[in-house]
Amino acid sequence: MRIICPFCGERELGEFTYLGDAKPQRPAADAGEDAVYDYVYLRDNIAGVMSEHWYHGGGCRTWLKVTRNTLTHEISAVEPAAGAGAAKVGA
Amino acid sequence: MRGDQANRLNNGGLIDRSIALNFRFDGKTLFGFKGDTLASALVANGVKLVGRSFKYHRPRGILTAGSEEPNALVELRSGARREPNTKATTAELYEGLEAASQNRWPSLNFDVMSVNQLFAPIFVAGFYYKTFMWPAKFWEAIYEPAIRRAAGLGRAAQVSDPDHYDKVWAHCDVVIAGSGPAGLAAALAAARCGARVILCEEDFVLGGRLLADSGMIDGLPAAEWVARAVAELSAMPDVRIMTRTTLFGVYDGGTYGAIERVNDHLPTPPEHQVRQRLWRIVAKRCVVAAGAIERPIVFAGNDTPGVMMASAMRSYINRYAATPARRIALFTNNEDGWRTAETAIAAGLQVAAVIDARPDVSPAHRSLASKGGFPVLHGAVADVDGGKGGVRKISVSLTGGARAEVEADGLAVSGGWNPAVGLTSYHRGRPKWRDDIAAFVPDGAPPGMVAAGAANGSFGLGACLREGFEAGAAAARDAGRSGNAGSMPVADDEAFSITPLWHVAGKGKAFVDQQHDVTASDVELAQREGFQSVEHLKRYTTLGMATDQGKTSNVAGLAIMAAVSGKSIPETGTTIYRPPYVPVAIGAFAGHHRDENFHATRLTPSHHWAAEQGAIFIDTGLWKRAQWYPRTGEKDWLESVTREVKAVRGGVGFCDVSTLGKIDVHGPDAGAFLDRVYINAFSSLAVGKARYGLMLREDGIVYDDGTTSRLAEDHYFLTTTTAKAGLVMQHLEFCRQVLFPELDVQLTSVSDQWAQFSIAGPRTRDLLKEVVDPAEDLSNEGFPFMGAREVRLRGGLKARLFRISFSGEMAFEISVPARYGEAMARNLMIAGKPFGLTPYGTEALGVMRIEKGHVAGPELNGTTTAGDLGLGKMMSTKKDFIGRVMAGREALVAPNRQVVVGIKPTDKARRLRSGAHIIPKGETPGPDNDQGYVTSVCFSPVLDQWIGLGLVERGRERIGEIVRAHDPLRGEDYDVELCNSVFYDPDGGRQRG
Ligand SMILES: [Zn+2]
Repeated sequence: MRIICPFCGERELGEFTYLGDAKPQRPAADAGEDAVYDYVYLRDNIAGVMSEHWYHGGGCRTWLKVTRNTLTHEISAVEPAAGAGAAKVGA
Repeated sequence: MRGDQANRLNNGGLIDRSIALNFRFDGKTLFGFKGDTLASALVANGVKLVGRSFKYHRPRGILTAGSEEPNALVELRSGARREPNTKATTAELYEGLEAASQNRWPSLNFDVMSVNQLFAPIFVAGFYYKTFMWPAKFWEAIYEPAIRRAAGLGRAAQVSDPDHYDKVWAHCDVVIAGSGPAGLAAALAAARCGARVILCEEDFVLGGRLLADSGMIDGLPAAEWVARAVAELSAMPDVRIMTRTTLFGVYDGGTYGAIERVNDHLPTPPEHQVRQRLWRIVAKRCVVAAGAIERPIVFAGNDTPGVMMASAMRSYINRYAATPARRIALFTNNEDGWRTAETAIAAGLQVAAVIDARPDVSPAHRSLASKGGFPVLHGAVADVDGGKGGVRKISVSLTGGARAEVEADGLAVSGGWNPAVGLTSYHRGRPKWRDDIAAFVPDGAPPGMVAAGAANGSFGLGACLREGFEAGAAAARDAGRSGNAGSMPVADDEAFSITPLWHVAGKGKAFVDQQHDVTASDVELAQREGFQSVEHLKRYTTLGMATDQGKTSNVAGLAIMAAVSGKSIPETGTTIYRPPYVPVAIGAFAGHHRDENFHATRLTPSHHWAAEQGAIFIDTGLWKRAQWYPRTGEKDWLESVTREVKAVRGGVGFCDVSTLGKIDVHGPDAGAFLDRVYINAFSSLAVGKARYGLMLREDGIVYDDGTTSRLAEDHYFLTTTTAKAGLVMQHLEFCRQVLFPELDVQLTSVSDQWAQFSIAGPRTRDLLKEVVDPAEDLSNEGFPFMGAREVRLRGGLKARLFRISFSGEMAFEISVPARYGEAMARNLMIAGKPFGLTPYGTEALGVMRIEKGHVAGPELNGTTTAGDLGLGKMMSTKKDFIGRVMAGREALVAPNRQVVVGIKPTDKARRLRSGAHIIPKGETPGPDNDQGYVTSVCFSPVLDQWIGLGLVERGRERIGEIVRAHDPLRGEDYDVELCNSVFYDPDGGRQRG
């Protein structure tokens, strides 16, 4: 499998680490135990198109949001995480 | 000297008769020529019997002339290079080649185990599952070893492979598998368009079937056209032609696997050269021109030596000028098989008869038969009379019921052709059935791949050239190349007609899968026993599961199954195709990553100095760390480690701790960021101070620990454990980039940039004064416990100094840029001489941390909470942090959790062992009474006894209680006392002083 890193270009799978479902959002501090439980344990595992976190540890150390079809391994989109690079969200 | 080579024709063939090669088969010296394979040289020498079969030890000969060979498997080479199950049909002959037949004892001609044939009923389909199931003990002790001796193939070398293997990447526009007419035409078209082309050919000569079957292309004899095409391709700079290279797999994203047998054709690789090279080729497009494989017809005695595929017989005669037989019979169900009769006549051999299963034979072939003086028999081969000496007589059932006999010493068989659909089917593709050629053809292919020519079911020479050329041009276009493909090579198409015939019913064993000894009746039996799915049939009978992956047997097996079940072949379907297309040595996948190069090795900055001191090193992850420094006269490691600990506690010692992960955290929000990733507060840490921090996973379990120092308002220096250095960096990047993108903070991994040493013991300050610039205040007031700041060393070098202690002694850690690390170690030794400075290793480090009750890897084991480690009070209630909410779950705060506690045997002389289970006194050891276990142990020089830490149920409430340490693994059971985990200097006065 090959992933096109927005910073480094097309690279092979071995440079990346997989984390999983990129959908869950970390709940606010006061969201309560149930919300955190859902965030920690409930993950989608879709046979089809999924948004996933991948880490380019063998390259620029950017966390990527990769849209991948888990049946075909076809990657339709790759975008950096909101806080990637030197950027600060809201700055 | 060229030897006898009785079956070598006087003329022709792509062999170099000026280079005779001497080789040995089963100890007998024979000769062949350069350009031979081992199989063709054996044919030339009249060797028919080359091995014994897997289960029944039946005599077997050579069936094919390619990588689909099921029978002619030999042990090639000897000693450490002995390579079992090597196909004689693809092994290139070299001077001094040694090969041995397999699976026979004591000799190929007289094989004791062929009595297995008498026991044939026990080796039927599913014999592994049916036979010897009871009693279970007998299976292990008696049946399995007996079967393993009786059945099987070659023997592995049993010693380490002395050769080297390489792994490389290549990138191109178009990769082409196969260099027959379709592959060459594809390469020409793509390359002329300007594409970067890689052409892979598994043979050592380019040309594919054109090497054995003649024809005219562009008005030239095929061989001449091939030479021209190869010359044109070789002249183009962006074309790489790789012979001896099999494209064996396709992976996601247009990545292809290929194995190049760089030096398999030599006795040993030349010095500094690899034996094989594993290629990972990234290509925008792939043209599969892998051709087709001629398939056998299943009939009784079809495994008799001398029965050979018709096309293979043409290969031996035309390409190698070697005659597998003198009087040849041909059994065919299609037009193409007749080419073998033509070839035999042209070579001056006798044709005994052609047995054609089709109702009609073309007028041209009728006249060939009458000119050649041989009969054309309409019918099928019913049985073969012969044995280890080869084919003698062939019984034919004629259409209409009569029988005929044909005397011949060789039988060529053609059951039609199966396109090589492996590569196109590897992404779970299912090929589709084509009635007109009675074969499966690709039905689509993985993205970017297309099949052309015979691999696509187009068998005519003209069609192969056309499809290859068009596929090559299209691939170049798709890859963005817009050049002109020039003119397409042209040839006529041969007629092709086939009447499917898979199995001739009859008495005697008729083999479907010759490598695994699966017969037609095995397939029928499996079907009767209810194995309806082809995947089940495959596993139950082991059909197609040998090293040839059933290249010559799968479709016949399906056809027989279909016939029994009354379904059509396409309804019966195929099994899943999986790479690799040919066996690939594990050594090639490993490449250089073996032995000491299995993984990268990281050396600490002081490694070479430590090696000079005679340090014993231990692998921790990728690192080599000094474990202890033995001195002359010390009888064991314990004596050395005890000395090192005493030296630290009584004077001063130092240890390289550079393996800790180190991360610089910069930015105005650095403190806020650390507050969220640690359970305790860091934004409140004063500049110039260090603090111990604990990280949780989001599920509330402890993740990692370490000290973090604030070097400036917006600059922290964070350390991690050695094991988690990379993972913590990844985790913190996730926190920064994904979870908290609003924070203005940057992370820099500086693990490799700083050499760090721990200097510990009451005389630490005396030593440091010799090293640090005298202007720096190292007094207790000027540099208090948990102080951290940059200092200048004598000589001007800047260093980072941290007053932290893992040993419980007065201690500092000093960081210098990594390139000064070795000099630092040497300087410390010189400066420390008056104080008896003693280097210590990871063992002494561990002893002192256990004496102080500090937790480490065995306690941070992925199941413990901060509370379990006795660090629950560190959890801030004033801020959110990773793991906060989940750490509060009922089970994680339950009062009966196993928590860290000190443990010491009541008998002071007894050695405590980690892993021992804690059982209450008076209870029976077992899961119900298991209250925890010993996690870390050491011999404490201070207490003069073995001590340890453990995770014990309600441990902290039970200080003073005597329990049992039960150790069934070592057969030990003894009393231990639960005690305070801080064995040494519990009020911490020494480290503060
Ligand atoms: Zn990158």
